[in-house]
Amino acid sequence: MGRTILINIVRFVLLIFIQAFLLKNIGFYNLSIPFPYILFIMLLPFEVPNWLLFLLAMATGLTVDAFYDTAGLNAAACAVLAFVRIVFINVTVERQGFENEPEPKLGIMGFRWFFIYTVVLTLFHHVTLIFLEAFGFFDIRDILTRVFFSSLFTIFLIVISEFIFFRKKER
Amino acid sequence: MRNLWVFISKYNAFFLFIICFIISITLIIRNNSFQRSGVFNSSNEIVGEAYSRINKVQRYLRLAEVNDSLAKENATLRKDLKMSHFDDSLVQQSVVDTISRQQYTYIVARIVNNSIHQKNNYITINRGSRHGILPGMGVICSSGVVGIVKDVSADYATIYSLLHSDTKISASITENQAFGSLVWGEGNSDPRTAVLQDIPNHIQVKIGQHVVTSGYSTLFPEGLPIGRILRTKEKGGESFPEIVVRLDTDFSTLQYVYVIKDLFGAEKEILEKQSKKDG
Repeated sequence: MGRTILINIVRFVLLIFIQAFLLKNIGFYNLSIPFPYILFIMLLPFEVPNWLLFLLAMATGLTVDAFYDTAGLNAAACAVLAFVRIVFINVTVERQGFENEPEPKLGIMGFRWFFIYTVVLTLFHHVTLIFLEAFGFFDIRDILTRVFFSSLFTIFLIVISEFIFFRKKER
Repeated sequence: MRNLWVFISKYNAFFLFIICFIISITLIIRNNSFQRSGVFNSSNEIVGEAYSRINKVQRYLRLAEVNDSLAKENATLRKDLKMSHFDDSLVQQSVVDTISRQQYTYIVARIVNNSIHQKNNYITINRGSRHGILPGMGVICSSGVVGIVKDVSADYATIYSLLHSDTKISASITENQAFGSLVWGEGNSDPRTAVLQDIPNHIQVKIGQHVVTSGYSTLFPEGLPIGRILRTKEKGGESFPEIVVRLDTDFSTLQYVYVIKDLFGAEKEILEKQSKKDG
């Protein structure tokens, strides 16, 4: 239990650090902006209670917002993300069968499940984020293009990093 | 109450989501100027739309008032228009000539009322006694004789048009110097023609000969054009033929006329009166 908390704290700091100091400066023509920090919320253990999940999601979102100077934007997107995560896990995972499997990871859940999980959660997060940022439907084509390319980039980063850490851990 | 708690705890994820999302949105709108302006702008749009709709109704209800005020304003504006002001500037031509003395001067006047279809036609002009117009003065226009001043007020004068049965103008035929008087009416009510009377039978009158003022009256200078002879008709048993003259002046389109002031007119009249008295 203590180890899980420690791992999550390290993961949180690491992801926020990468997001705030590295990825903030990476973007392709403002079309593709990756947000892999959501990996922290995605990888929280199954047992985490809903209130704690939402609390952590809000905390993560607000931290990123603090670095991005966009109070509430990422927090709202993370709230959506947390809700979608709960629904998705309720629908696809039978709790009883995974009591000894603490986290929704690639190595534990398998590539197919993890990939769909990543795609769905990333899309919800990015759609919320980018639509709230634009705050309207004035330039719907531009918004959708940004959603598509940003999601592509984020999914790519998440899957790659999961592959890296999964290999290391198992070995 | 218990059921409510059960319901809320069963769907706690959803309610937590709602709470978190509302908090986030509040943060967004409070702290990000772009989204804030978006929200306030759209709310302003809604409020503005409501106001404009209500205003439409109010505008309709106030239509009568607005009409009255507009009419009032129109009246004041109309008062300031140029055409509401009486044109008081007087154009009076007089040529200073040391060899021959000036006999006639002309006062320009604009026609403000005119008729041609009555039995007796009158013209009103915007010049009156203040401008030196007296009853009995001759009135001409650029193309010929118009009439004789009848009555004069301070600012206006009425004119016996040539198309009046009482108007008699002394006229002569240029080609043979025969003179008679030009009248209108009495069986001839065409505004384009008049009748030259009192030309003796022995004078050869041809169609197309010019008729001008004779200079025997004090009203008109000699030789002003009146018209051309259109046709002649000899009446049986009378010594004077009826000569129909086509008038040069188109009375239906008259705009400006000149009132003739004869500087020697008074002198001549006094002299003639004296002769009559003596005779």
